[in-house]
Amino acid sequence: MADTRDIEVTVNGQRHSATVETRTSLGDFLRQGLGMTGTHMGCEHGVCGACTVLLDGEAVRSCLMLAVQANGHEVTTIEGLADADGTLSPLQKAFWENYGLQCGFCTPGMLTSLTAFLKENPDPSEREVREAISGNICRCTGYQGIVDAALSAAKTMREV
Amino acid sequence: MKSAPFTYHDPGTVDEAIALLGQHEDAKLLAGGQSLMPMLNMRFVVPDHVVDLNGVAGLAGITDTGDALEIGAMTRQRDLMRDAAVGAKAPIIPEALEFVGHFQTRNRGTIGGSLCHLDPAAEQPCLMAVYDAVLTVQGPDGTREVPFAEWPLAYMIPSIGPDELLTKVRVPNWAAGHGYGFAEFARRHGDFAIVSAAALLEVSGGTISRAAIAIGGADVRPIRLEEAEAALVGQAANAESFKAAGEMARKIDAISDAYVSSAYRQRLAATMVERALAKAGSRAGGSA
Repeated sequence: MADTRDIEVTVNGQRHSATVETRTSLGDFLRQGLGMTGTHMGCEHGVCGACTVLLDGEAVRSCLMLAVQANGHEVTTIEGLADADGTLSPLQKAFWENYGLQCGFCTPGMLTSLTAFLKENPDPSEREVREAISGNICRCTGYQGIVDAALSAAKTMREV
Repeated sequence: MKSAPFTYHDPGTVDEAIALLGQHEDAKLLAGGQSLMPMLNMRFVVPDHVVDLNGVAGLAGITDTGDALEIGAMTRQRDLMRDAAVGAKAPIIPEALEFVGHFQTRNRGTIGGSLCHLDPAAEQPCLMAVYDAVLTVQGPDGTREVPFAEWPLAYMIPSIGPDELLTKVRVPNWAAGHGYGFAEFARRHGDFAIVSAAALLEVSGGTISRAAIAIGGADVRPIRLEEAEAALVGQAANAESFKAAGEMARKIDAISDAYVSSAYRQRLAATMVERALAKAGSRAGGSA
């Protein structure tokens, strides 16, 4: 008999009740339990950063947390970054304009990580941006477009 | 890459957690999860029971007792880095924590988890070594205090019983205006250090009155460079004395693995100690 728990989690502003197997990671719960496949599972041991989500506003690895630990908390995923009408966030728009993605696998983790980072550091240096994404592996872009996008988004958000 | 099934427990108090450890033979404590979760996912560990400490009251928090900082075992690295008392009394802690993983893992990772996992190359054990921190361990028969020097029994084996848990660490304060420096060499930012060094200095009138140096990553546990510490006291806080202390680090016992030879670790130890001391010297109030 699998060990299960009933949990209530708010994801992108919407409350979800579910019964989860206790060994299920938060990332697998989002994808398989809620069908929100925007969060990408890469290495599943905390190294690649692709599965990063926001837990109560702070960036965390969803592969290194159990779904049951998110009970009562608020999670924001890549699906929750744009406005309800589909208008991209300034960071998402900057990724588009600066060639910040190619295959797109790392992009959910990049966007959630940088969303949290820019909130705390609205005027970062290039070095600080590179350090912020040092825990997110991208095998396509060489990072240059991502760094440009983050700096451009920071500028846009400061001017609003 | 999925954890094997286990029975999950989320106690609300330390006593409940200890009772669960006593009732279940093969139970693992889950703190921040930044080391245990990868090991569960990779099935390096397959426990029958997981006891989650994240809901245990009173295990997280920082108290300034005047002569020391008391840090709860479940205090997250992020909170240590943001805490005003830690920044004022023990500024080497936030400096070293910058090297721990990435900001996303520091949002979950705890000081107690790192000290119980006890990777010899991790930054937090190295910090506890340089401070001679005292760890409080609680079990069914009450609490006991363990000086950090007696905490590592062997490679990644802390002095803790199967039915005990680490509740807090006491980090003694150094004099106001003391110098501090942390230096580390790793191939990539956020990786475990190949070698790291932590240095604390008290300097008056340009002369060193107190010194502590710890090295992480070189041996199977963090080590103190007691010989160099004793040699520094009474010396001028300058590049020459720091270089001499670094040279003493070259003679330490160092492990060899598939990537890094012991001779290279010894070389790195000399350089990291010199760099950590140079930072500490430049920051020490009253240095000439």
